[in-house]
Amino acid sequence: MIPAAFDYVRADSADAALAALQEHGDDAKLLAGGMSLIPLMKLRLATPGVLVDVGRLDDLSYIREDGDQIAIGALTRHRDLETSDLLAKQCGVLRSVAAQVGDNQVRHRGTLGGSVAHGDPASDLPAALLALDATFAVRGASGERTIAASDFFRGFLETALGPDELLTEIRVPKAGTNGFNYQKFNRRAQDWAIVGAVAATVGGQKRVALVNMGATPIRAHAVEQALQSGASVADAAQHAAEGTEPPTDLNASVDYREHLARVLVRRALEQAG
Amino acid sequence: MKVTTTVNGTRQEHDVEPRTLLVHYLREACGLTGTKIGCDTSSCGACTILYEGESVKSCTMFAAQADGGTITTIEGLAATDGTLHPVQQAFHENHGLQCGYCTAGMVMATVGFLQENPAPSERDVREGLEGNLCRCTGYHNIVKAVLAASEAMQ
Repeated sequence: MIPAAFDYVRADSADAALAALQEHGDDAKLLAGGMSLIPLMKLRLATPGVLVDVGRLDDLSYIREDGDQIAIGALTRHRDLETSDLLAKQCGVLRSVAAQVGDNQVRHRGTLGGSVAHGDPASDLPAALLALDATFAVRGASGERTIAASDFFRGFLETALGPDELLTEIRVPKAGTNGFNYQKFNRRAQDWAIVGAVAATVGGQKRVALVNMGATPIRAHAVEQALQSGASVADAAQHAAEGTEPPTDLNASVDYREHLARVLVRRALEQAG
Repeated sequence: MKVTTTVNGTRQEHDVEPRTLLVHYLREACGLTGTKIGCDTSSCGACTILYEGESVKSCTMFAAQADGGTITTIEGLAATDGTLHPVQQAFHENHGLQCGYCTAGMVMATVGFLQENPAPSERDVREGLEGNLCRCTGYHNIVKAVLAASEAMQ
């Protein structure tokens, strides 16, 4: 499969990438690792006229402590997340979820920022970031702004990012070494999750987020509230499908996805302890 | 656009369209047809090569992204005198193939995997090669070959 023709621009700095976005407008698309965009282009579901390659902006590839948070450059690859000693000590859940994305080859190329900006509800990492109440630093022509994860995912493959903006950094709280689990349910090892459930503990409170249970990654607020009111894990997990609008596809019906959400949330919370 | 790479130690310079996928660059511009196109959807891993030493699927990367980079394909593994790479030798000795179509990708994914995990368990191997499919379902001997290669390389 051959993508439609496009012009290729390699950005050697964030400023150059922003300038290219300004110049080409809606016709331009940023290329990071390409693990989501290139398959869409091969299917011609995406046909950008100009690809602005930010894959070599190494100054946006880092994982470091920043006060009570961990700051991660948008171009940090999944492989770097899953092997990070800092994340092992300070945010084990993100490291663990990163290790379950795609396969080795995909994790060598795919980036955290690319996964966030793509905004696929079936992706693993956006749900983990939602559970962590991550914040996203974004640069555009008019300056920098910060967007909360809860405001970022707007619809199917739709985010709060403007067409002339570049996601530069992802910030997560120090969520520690335990109290988390990711249940990813699929039929073949490397597939997207049919449904996924992330459980994390932040500041002593349990957080739960769902993969592929709607047009965006979703926080399971009803489960969290039940836990806070003293419900058992088994009882709280019964609320997992509340407020969700899961898709029907050849893998699963709405009913089956709702069932999976309840089961996977219970397992994730039991494993998280 | 001009895309210059070093493939198996040899400098390659070719004029290609920006939309040229790396696997087409390798097979058609460089003439290195050992790398196979299987599913062409980033699932099967038949097109796996090493880019900057790491396994990647060359059907899901543009040649333009590899400009200036270093690539190893299946043709670059054996020594110039024909001595097989330990991973190739292990696949040969353990009959780690049936029809052979997935083999180049399996071998390249294994070379990359063993660099990152030199002493894997059987489970590690099965998870480490999850990005490579064998439609003959010949996984048993492939896993055996990878474990044999890891021992041979220690």
